[in-house]
Amino acid sequence: MAQGVWTIAEQRDGEIRKISYELVSEGRRLADALGQELTVVLLGSNIKDKAAAFGPYGANKVMVADDSRLEPYTTDAYVSVISQLVKANEPAVLLLGASVQGKDLAGRLAARLDVAMAQDCTVFAIEGGTLVATRPIYAGKAYAKVTFENSWPQMATARPKVMSVNEPDPSKSAEVMDAAFTLDDADLKTKVMDVVKDESGKVDLTEADKIVSGGRGMKGPENYYILEALADVIGASVGASRSAVDAGWRPHSDQVGQTGKVVSPNLYVACGISGAIQHLAGMSTSKVIVAINKDADAPIFQKADYGVVGDLFDVVPALTEEAKKYV
Amino acid sequence: MTEIRIIVCATQIPDPEAPLSDVSVDAQKLEVLVDAPQVISPFDENALEAAVRIKEAVGAKITVLSLGKKVSDTVLRKTLAAGADELILLEDEAFDKLDSHSTAAALAGAIQTVGGYDLILTGRQAGDWDSGQVGLILGEMLGLPCINLAREISIEDGSVVVKKGIPEGYERVKATMPALVTVSNEVGELRYISRTKMLKMIQGARSIPSWSVGDIGVHPEALQKMAITALSSPPDMGRDCQFMEGTPEEKAGKLAAVFMSLR
Repeated sequence: MAQGVWTIAEQRDGEIRKISYELVSEGRRLADALGQELTVVLLGSNIKDKAAAFGPYGANKVMVADDSRLEPYTTDAYVSVISQLVKANEPAVLLLGASVQGKDLAGRLAARLDVAMAQDCTVFAIEGGTLVATRPIYAGKAYAKVTFENSWPQMATARPKVMSVNEPDPSKSAEVMDAAFTLDDADLKTKVMDVVKDESGKVDLTEADKIVSGGRGMKGPENYYILEALADVIGASVGASRSAVDAGWRPHSDQVGQTGKVVSPNLYVACGISGAIQHLAGMSTSKVIVAINKDADAPIFQKADYGVVGDLFDVVPALTEEAKKYV
Repeated sequence: MTEIRIIVCATQIPDPEAPLSDVSVDAQKLEVLVDAPQVISPFDENALEAAVRIKEAVGAKITVLSLGKKVSDTVLRKTLAAGADELILLEDEAFDKLDSHSTAAALAGAIQTVGGYDLILTGRQAGDWDSGQVGLILGEMLGLPCINLAREISIEDGSVVVKKGIPEGYERVKATMPALVTVSNEVGELRYISRTKMLKMIQGARSIPSWSVGDIGVHPEALQKMAITALSSPPDMGRDCQFMEGTPEEKAGKLAAVFMSLR
């Protein structure tokens, strides 16, 4: 009988990503509901010293797969290693993050393990000893609860910044173990030739606490400095709508929406964004949504907690000045 | 090199841009009801666009597969107008409400029946459930190298080279063909097709083959791994937009106060 809850940690350049702590915290709650142990799986190169980070958040064990071929992340290598560990240890629940990397990994891993996987979930529960996952479908226009049939482990990804993070308890520590795996070059069917980073090089939007996004109403790439100034003052990252990205004003990595990144920051400020369905699908689970738009009838206001009907070129600079008073 | 053969898997979904008011949920029957026209899932259109560009660059024969309980050949004929050479509908009562896994199994059966492919392209995710899995499972079932989230695809000496989207940009990934690639919207939208061309294709005499479970030799309904236990409308997030009033400065002042209260 499969036992235990596993979460797969995400790290980049040796830094543990925030989603990893969200997963550990949610994993702890599920493990408690099942009366089972929580194991974090951490992959990378020379990464073992990071393993101690998870105990205070509730992990019982941290399984570390350390190999030079696991840095940087490649789908083939990660899928090979994690699938071996899962088959050898048979966890009951396997959680990953619905970040760009997590979705890529989870999709392939589920295929390799031949199990069902619920993508981009916003709620998890244990009912009758099994995992029930809730997720938005049809661009957030409906929600489905799903269960897993004859499919072990029960596998899902969690939407970033939705699961609450436990208060770390420094007195708690997890047992750190070396993972037993082999990595055969034959498993690596694709070869990464080179990596090109967008010039942005900022905080990953899916991790940002606050996002200021601009759409068609920005009128051109040269005007984004207005949003960047506000973002600087309030400690936000800058995002963009699909139309702004399609117009070439902002890089693809800034795009929020069904066709870009799905984000749930504590504060989302939509400037000059009308609120197309595909944009709403990418940000409607944000905690507080503010819309600034000239058009009082723009659909974005129906999803907003606070609205300003007005010209963003007047309102945003004034807002930046007002926000400075609080810094 | 001989002409390469590309299979594009394109699913038909209710228009994802349909407003919320056109979507309702039958909680009893566990069905989402969408009062909107059927369209090709946008990411699958991106996949077809990528295929047509490869055809233009190096020559290729493109076969489009579309699976469902009932597939509208009117909607799918657009793929032929855009540059696909062949369209095969996979239609069967048994293809209703399939999960990712059983969909992939049925597609794998159809692809093996077609045979002789070099490259399989799918959208990165279907625009209804957004799971992003069918393509990846399909690649695994067929034992192919698999590259996810393509922004750009090129063919070089029997290999496929893909600019794959990563959180901070992209990486160039290479795989020997046959291979499977899932395509992201960065590839670009499907080319514009003139109305005359569309009408000609829709009204054309060309018959479109339709295969059922018997033709592909897979009974996907037996392979379901995920069950829907409940469907509901979106949760009420309790959002009731509070509009800031006054001069732009006054509005900004009130909003700034809200921002600070969130800290």
